[in-house]
Amino acid sequence: MNLNRRSLLQATAASFALPALPAFAQGIEELVIAYNVPLPSWDPTVGLSAVNPTIQGFYLSVFDRFIGQNPDLTPTPGLLTDWGWNEDRTKVSMTVREGVTWHDGSPFTAEDVAWSLARAADEKTGNPIQFIWSTLGNFVAEGNTVTADVVRFEPTVFKWMYFLTGFVLPKAYYEKVGAEGFEAAPIGTGPYMVDSFERNAFVRLKANANYWGGKPEFDTVTIKFVTDATSRVAEIESGNSHVTLEMPYEEYDRLKGTAGLAGIAAPISDIGMIFFNDIDAMLDPNVRKAAVMAVDKKLIVERLLSGYGVPIDTLETPEYLAFDASITTPYDPDGAMALLAASGFSPENPVKFTIQTTRGFKPKDYEIIQAIVGLWRKVGIEAEIEVYEIAKHFELRAADQLAPAAFYNWGNSVGDPTTSTGFAMFGPSPHSVWDQPDLIEKIAPLWGEADEEKRIAGWKDVSRYIADNALVLPLMQYVQPILHVEGVKVQPHASGALLPYLMTRA
Amino acid sequence: MALLRTILLRLLTTAITLIGVAVIVFVVIRVVPGNPIAMMLPPGATEADIDRLKALYGFDKSIPAQFVIWVQGVMQGNFGTSISSRQPVLGLVLGRLPATLELSLMALVMAVIGGGLAALTGTRLRGGRVEGAIDVANGMALSVPDFLWGLVLILLFGVLWPVFHISGRISPALDLPFATNFYLIESILRLRFDLLADLLAHMLLPALALAIPLAAIIAQLLKQSLKETMHLDYVTLARTRGYSESAVIWREALPNALLPTLTLVGVQFTFLIGGTVIIERLFSYEGLGNMAIDAVINRDLPLIQGIVILFAVIFTGVNLVVDLAYAALNPRLRHG
Repeated sequence: MNLNRRSLLQATAASFALPALPAFAQGIEELVIAYNVPLPSWDPTVGLSAVNPTIQGFYLSVFDRFIGQNPDLTPTPGLLTDWGWNEDRTKVSMTVREGVTWHDGSPFTAEDVAWSLARAADEKTGNPIQFIWSTLGNFVAEGNTVTADVVRFEPTVFKWMYFLTGFVLPKAYYEKVGAEGFEAAPIGTGPYMVDSFERNAFVRLKANANYWGGKPEFDTVTIKFVTDATSRVAEIESGNSHVTLEMPYEEYDRLKGTAGLAGIAAPISDIGMIFFNDIDAMLDPNVRKAAVMAVDKKLIVERLLSGYGVPIDTLETPEYLAFDASITTPYDPDGAMALLAASGFSPENPVKFTIQTTRGFKPKDYEIIQAIVGLWRKVGIEAEIEVYEIAKHFELRAADQLAPAAFYNWGNSVGDPTTSTGFAMFGPSPHSVWDQPDLIEKIAPLWGEADEEKRIAGWKDVSRYIADNALVLPLMQYVQPILHVEGVKVQPHASGALLPYLMTRA
Repeated sequence: MALLRTILLRLLTTAITLIGVAVIVFVVIRVVPGNPIAMMLPPGATEADIDRLKALYGFDKSIPAQFVIWVQGVMQGNFGTSISSRQPVLGLVLGRLPATLELSLMALVMAVIGGGLAALTGTRLRGGRVEGAIDVANGMALSVPDFLWGLVLILLFGVLWPVFHISGRISPALDLPFATNFYLIESILRLRFDLLADLLAHMLLPALALAIPLAAIIAQLLKQSLKETMHLDYVTLARTRGYSESAVIWREALPNALLPTLTLVGVQFTFLIGGTVIIERLFSYEGLGNMAIDAVINRDLPLIQGIVILFAVIFTGVNLVVDLAYAALNPRLRHG
């Protein structure tokens, strides 16, 4: 092309027509998704990204976990078609799916599984879940079977195979290109292959025609990283993107019925909760119980979250294995006042403590705490709100220095009680701030419980004990709003991962 | 001699400033609450796991010891490794810098043209309704911050009349032949006007959001300078020679009125680069500012450190250039 004034003006004018914009009415050739977080790193097994629940959807598009997971969180055969312990729980055995290929066309083998597990267990690789993977050792691959010795019995080890860092990476390719080469050109066995990746901008995926689970519907998927919620709403409203998620519920309600757009809002595995730290006023059971009884969760969900939330009374949601619908903590402001009166408190002479919360990290987090403080005030609790960043929460929690009450959102996309009630409430865990020995004694035997039925029943008992003694204040299960054009059918995943593989043409 | 002395002095103060920034930033980001290890802790991590992760990322050492290690690395061109992306910090920040520089320069050009035209028009038609209208528009442009202009522009040209891209730097579907990250410049050099058009369509709204407040400042200052210059004797003399009013403004008044505006543009350019942090986020533009916010959210200390140092280099560099340009243009400094 020759450089002259006319060609420059023509090209500039042509850009204003924006032929690349997706349109509502046209058939969708290339699916465009406006995603709320960027992808920092392609290795799903090491570093900060590996334990970031919000970016697991990227990894699940390109890689496969050892074991698959259905949209309702239940496990399903994946790269492993069969798995289990021997009779005395000293060995594990896994059967590897045959006929699977990596994105470069090389065959996927049991060697890849054994190498991935050994690498995850090696503390030098920087896998944050190494303490779980290292409970297995001496991996042996023979044919399509992988066996390993149980170093320490961990009843949830197979659950971690469809949870954080539980991905299978290509042994030969990784050893050939190294960590940097893999970061630059990652390959997996997943439904999509990485076509191009602009850090902080977008990732473009091409369908894996040889995917063992069936070729995805859309040949090309572009996922744009649009971190600002207003911009994401503008993206879908303008037709720049076909699918987006995590916008204010008011915007979701406004747009889901408009021409060409539809919405789907389903509960996900994230919950909102208030940690009680066993210090100051929280050592008084009456104060804790009153603090729980005085909160009208249903009202909060209806008024502040536009109804998009599920009130919960334990740290287990209905999708979790140890959910027990019979455990309830009803809203009872009169009962709360009576309990506080027994401890010498009243609206005129309130018990005082600090409650910490994030602001804008989760939908209406600060407003929810404001509402709770208002409800507490009516029964005789005066809580002072302290706003902090989520990073500070993590640091304070790890150091057991949270305020007597602290708002947080807990995610548990594997649905096991150890990764919700267990780690949140077991005193020795760095995630728990409730360190009283009675609860530690109840939880401790469950970590190594080999009988699954007994284990789940034990966790239900723990949940009941926690609810009866008001050791934590569970609030609600979050609902994830997804907006999409009518030409796309979106299947939500209870883990919160937005998966292009589950999207089809309507 | 005086000019040389000025240059040497400014280079010395620039170096001291950068060292100071490096020390302060290094210490501050390590003592403020929220550390990356706490964010990385998986459920069930033990104290031993925490210690292992700290050692892996070098946070098990004292802050002075960490600083010494960091300085030793910097001397060898190694600014550390990003915790979140596990990539070398230097490569990451230099990779994003061109996007931010191109956006900032585009905004600067738009601001200079817009602000300059407004000032010249206001001066030419001073005392009338046009000047009044320009003053009102200036006031509005100044009183609304750049991110709000961004939201207005997204609403207008992204949603109501969707003619421009509202996110990203370039369309993902395009094949990019670029060897550097200076996409705009390279697309011109390669005569790829299809890519240039796409880049401009992405860049126009964020650049405009950044440019509007700066254009207003330039217009205000340049108009004021022009007004003052228009009353000077040599301008009156030009009028008596029969020059038209436009010629008087362009040939006589403008060259002298430009000097204070030049200084302002230099100073404001650094603020403009600072403004890209929010604007890049709003428009999902893959620049340094957007990366800075992610780095802060993730408490990616090495990356924060690298970005701040680079911003400091840009700020001090621009100020240095402006000071030297001013010194070169100022006869008193030039001749001692």
